[in-house]
Amino acid sequence: MSPPATSIAKSSPPLRVDTLVKRFGEMTALDGITLEVHSGECLGLLGPNAAGKSTLIRSIVGRVIPDAGTISVFGAQADSMSARTALGWVPQELALYPRLTCRENLQSFGRYHGLGGVALDQAVAQCLGWATLTDRAGELVKNFSGGMKRRLNMAAGLIHQPKLALMDEPTVGVDPQSRNHIFEMIETLRGEGMSIIYTTHYMEEAERLCDRIAIVDHGKIIALGTNADLVRNAFGSRSQVLARFAGAQERIADWVAQRGGQAVGGSAQFTIEHPTEIGGLLEASEKAGFELLDVSLRKPNLESVFLRLTGRELRD
Amino acid sequence: MISAIVRTAMVSLCRDRGALVLSFILPVVFFSIFAVIFGGRHDSTPKVKVLVVDEDHSRISQRLVQGLEREGSLVVQTRPAPVKGAQQPEYMAPTAEAAVKSGTAPVALIIPHGFGENPISFGPAGGNRPTIQLLEDSSDIVAPQMIVGLLQKVAMTSMPDLMAEQGSRYLDQFAGGLTREQHDRLDESLRYLRERQESGAAAPDSGNGGIIAVTVRAVVGENKNNPMVSFYAAAIGVMFLLFTASGAAGALLDEVESGTLDRVLSSRVTMTTLLLGKLTFNSLLAFSQLVLMFLWGWAVFKLDFWSHIPGFVVMGVCTAFAVAAFGMLLASVCRTRAQLGALSTLVILVMSSIGGSMFPRFLMPEAMQKAGLLTINAWAIDGFTKVFWRDEPVFHLWPQVLVLVGIAIVLFAVARRLARRWEYT
Repeated sequence: MSPPATSIAKSSPPLRVDTLVKRFGEMTALDGITLEVHSGECLGLLGPNAAGKSTLIRSIVGRVIPDAGTISVFGAQADSMSARTALGWVPQELALYPRLTCRENLQSFGRYHGLGGVALDQAVAQCLGWATLTDRAGELVKNFSGGMKRRLNMAAGLIHQPKLALMDEPTVGVDPQSRNHIFEMIETLRGEGMSIIYTTHYMEEAERLCDRIAIVDHGKIIALGTNADLVRNAFGSRSQVLARFAGAQERIADWVAQRGGQAVGGSAQFTIEHPTEIGGLLEASEKAGFELLDVSLRKPNLESVFLRLTGRELRD
Repeated sequence: MISAIVRTAMVSLCRDRGALVLSFILPVVFFSIFAVIFGGRHDSTPKVKVLVVDEDHSRISQRLVQGLEREGSLVVQTRPAPVKGAQQPEYMAPTAEAAVKSGTAPVALIIPHGFGENPISFGPAGGNRPTIQLLEDSSDIVAPQMIVGLLQKVAMTSMPDLMAEQGSRYLDQFAGGLTREQHDRLDESLRYLRERQESGAAAPDSGNGGIIAVTVRAVVGENKNNPMVSFYAAAIGVMFLLFTASGAAGALLDEVESGTLDRVLSSRVTMTTLLLGKLTFNSLLAFSQLVLMFLWGWAVFKLDFWSHIPGFVVMGVCTAFAVAAFGMLLASVCRTRAQLGALSTLVILVMSSIGGSMFPRFLMPEAMQKAGLLTINAWAIDGFTKVFWRDEPVFHLWPQVLVLVGIAIVLFAVARRLARRWEYT
């Protein structure tokens, strides 16, 4: 998959989004989002369901008209023909023709992007190989497994070899083996220098694939940086203690809040500077009358960052 | 347990508007349409239009025309409708025949010179007795028989021999008596008339068995192998074209639901291009169906297909274009396949019933015939009838072509406007 030659300004960044706002009735889906994707970078959009990730992606591909703000793709206005050519969109839905074969699907979407003749044949062959579907090229898509459909869904979005790929939760509903397969496909693209925006609510996907991560919640980017930056900015050099207690959960939650921690899903989370602080915490819980079930110490991760910034778990 | 199942099914039905429409509204609509067509409302019984050419201009012929004009079930025309307020000349035999051929009326009566001198048909066939000519369009199987019957009604068709016999007795009594030779000739003629009546030799559609002699001549469809095949090929064909077109256009809703439409519109394809593509495909599909339908008519029912290719192509393309645009409109109005299924069934069956796909329009009440002109079916069937039944030249199809193409353009424009809701969020 080599990037195509398109009539775009190579000096401009692949994507620049400036104070983007989109409202659906009373609900604000995008609340002044500003971000930039660098050339050859994979930028992760990490956030829970309904955070605004898909609305942002759909705005970039021109399927949603924002109420305010601007989007430029290699300097061109979103929804312009040059922006459409430069962008490749992998939607969350399996947007395929089930009664066409795998090859026919790729040919159709290739033609919709203006490919034809030898260029189309080459692009189809390349995509089939990239998605490891060459052996299944002549089979009807409706008979494919979920993982194969996901891979074809990606290939169909990138058939025209765009310079910027927008992938909206491409691993939804697939088994771990297929997910790994998809990761390898994306890593191939990254190795070829394609710029990518990757939305997910799986922390491990963002950590594995993305150079930088934007944490999105309630239509806003609440943190942006590399994985290490985000953790360092939120926690510094501190660690997290996770403890579970038996007893009335409301009393436990009040006590955890008094100690500066967060009660999440039946466990208490505390941030400490040194491991030696664990002893003091346990002693205090005993004095409060709580029976300790288990305790662990861990380095903070993206999920910890999200919890710290929003007070909610990533999968809420 | 059973009540729980009934309750669940009831709630589901109540929330499915399409199923509700199909269950309760469609039957009532259909019942009403057919009740009107088949005479549930007697005040709107269809009248038969008949053109009358009086070549005799005698007192008798004028009385005959006046008698026909008094018949409530007939609309008698002796001259074409005024053009721009200017009265047109009376029909002559050739112009009346041309008018029947073009579908102006299903029947024309030609009252010949000399009719007034010898109006009653009496005596052996042949000779010089004047005979009324009835020119018919044989696609209308009702009107000619009705006219013949009404003509004979005056002269009491069922007992012409008795009338003649009674008349001869009066003649014998009041005219001073008949000679032996006159009696013999009269008896011979009466015997002939009785024999004809008893043997049923008079063809029921010829009118020769009646007291007024009528010869029936088909001026349209006289050489057709199977008179109604072309009508039904068009009528049934158009109805199923409408169903197919709405079904094919429903692919758009599938694409909306699966997200494929979004993906397509994020490529170089615009909504207008996409809809035009689908319109083209659906038109080709509809045209192919028509080709199959008429080829089947040719192969199985001896429809004269090959000598009407130009007219068929013109009408086929226009009809296909209109039904495809109709399908696009229905799809763009609906939000789901289920909605489309219910709406298209309702609309297409209503259009087909009043548009003549289920029942010929010329047999419907006048108001219903006019209402039918609001449907694609009526214009398409009229066009195909012109081609296959009346053998009219292609340029005579311009009203149907204009209307069908106009319908297609308007429906497509509305569909395009409605499709804006899919274009952007």
